[in-house]
Amino acid sequence: MKQLKKGGYARAFRTAFPFTIPVLTGYLFIGIAFGVMYQEKGYNFLWAILMSILVYAGSGQYLAVNFFAPGVGWWDVIFMTFMVNIRHIFYGLSLLERFGRMGKKRLYMIFSLTDETYSLLFITKVPKDVEEDKFLFAIAILDQAYWVLGSAIGAIAGSLIPFNAEGIDFAMTALFIVIFVDQWLAGGNRIPAVIGLLSATAFRMIFGADSFILPSMICIMICLILGRKYIESEKKQEVKKDAD
Amino acid sequence: MPISVEKSLLIIVAVAVTTFSTRAIPFLLFPKDKEIPDSIKYIGKVLPPAVIGMLIIYCFKSVNPFVYSHGLPELIAAVTVIVLHVWKRNNLLSIGVGTVLYMFLIQRVF
Repeated sequence: MKQLKKGGYARAFRTAFPFTIPVLTGYLFIGIAFGVMYQEKGYNFLWAILMSILVYAGSGQYLAVNFFAPGVGWWDVIFMTFMVNIRHIFYGLSLLERFGRMGKKRLYMIFSLTDETYSLLFITKVPKDVEEDKFLFAIAILDQAYWVLGSAIGAIAGSLIPFNAEGIDFAMTALFIVIFVDQWLAGGNRIPAVIGLLSATAFRMIFGADSFILPSMICIMICLILGRKYIESEKKQEVKKDAD
Repeated sequence: MPISVEKSLLIIVAVAVTTFSTRAIPFLLFPKDKEIPDSIKYIGKVLPPAVIGMLIIYCFKSVNPFVYSHGLPELIAAVTVIVLHVWKRNNLLSIGVGTVLYMFLIQRVF
């Protein structure tokens, strides 16, 4: 029973699995959608697997399918990929210290920092009986495994799926809503959450569906920096209330 | 395949490297052995809830309230997820019911 002691990878994966089930549902199906799209361009499942292992980005890979056509320039490939992923530039700021303690696994953790894994790492409290670094690593690996599996299924059998799966990607939306509700009810500071919702809504209306993420992200950063005194004083009051 | 194997592989590599670099930038700016400035620690702490709020809007980015179905399936499903989750606090239940309801709404009702 050696692997059952605290620190074992087997235990880390077993403990992490239930936390990743929402991502399992979502990734499997948006992965399938990617596999189907890529396969329609003439690339078999090995290509889909390769791309999902090396790239690992939802909207990034959807976009990338369009690059496999004659006449697409390298600059377009790099610039468009960069723009569709630009929100990720900021994610690492929340994980500098946590990943810094993870040794060799750090590089993989940085690589695998998708929207879903980022959100899951933020909301999940590490259970007491596992080592933090192995647990976080297990979450990251499981999430990517679902993504790779989904893309493979899509590329092999996407057209054979016997039921109409339209709308199944709502699982991802629901995951973000659930995480949002959890942290809203957790009693912490709600101002950052409201800033995120409002900036994105405002810039979606101003710039349209295709180019509002970068301005929203910049606006969020500015609001958080300018509002620091206010946000932090709000935090202290809550701590005080708890102490009373 | 519309283009050569070599070009296809190179595209995958280019997309992979670009995607990785967006994720790696903060870690390059603030390497492990360097003290992280207080202001960055603060941003790191308050950023996730703001990003999650933004990602919800991102998921609804194609909704147009002025054309049919007016975002109603999205609204109904989202409210259901919220109510269920506040009530039961069960991730799988909230996500499962919300997703099935949404699929039913867009496939059969709207």
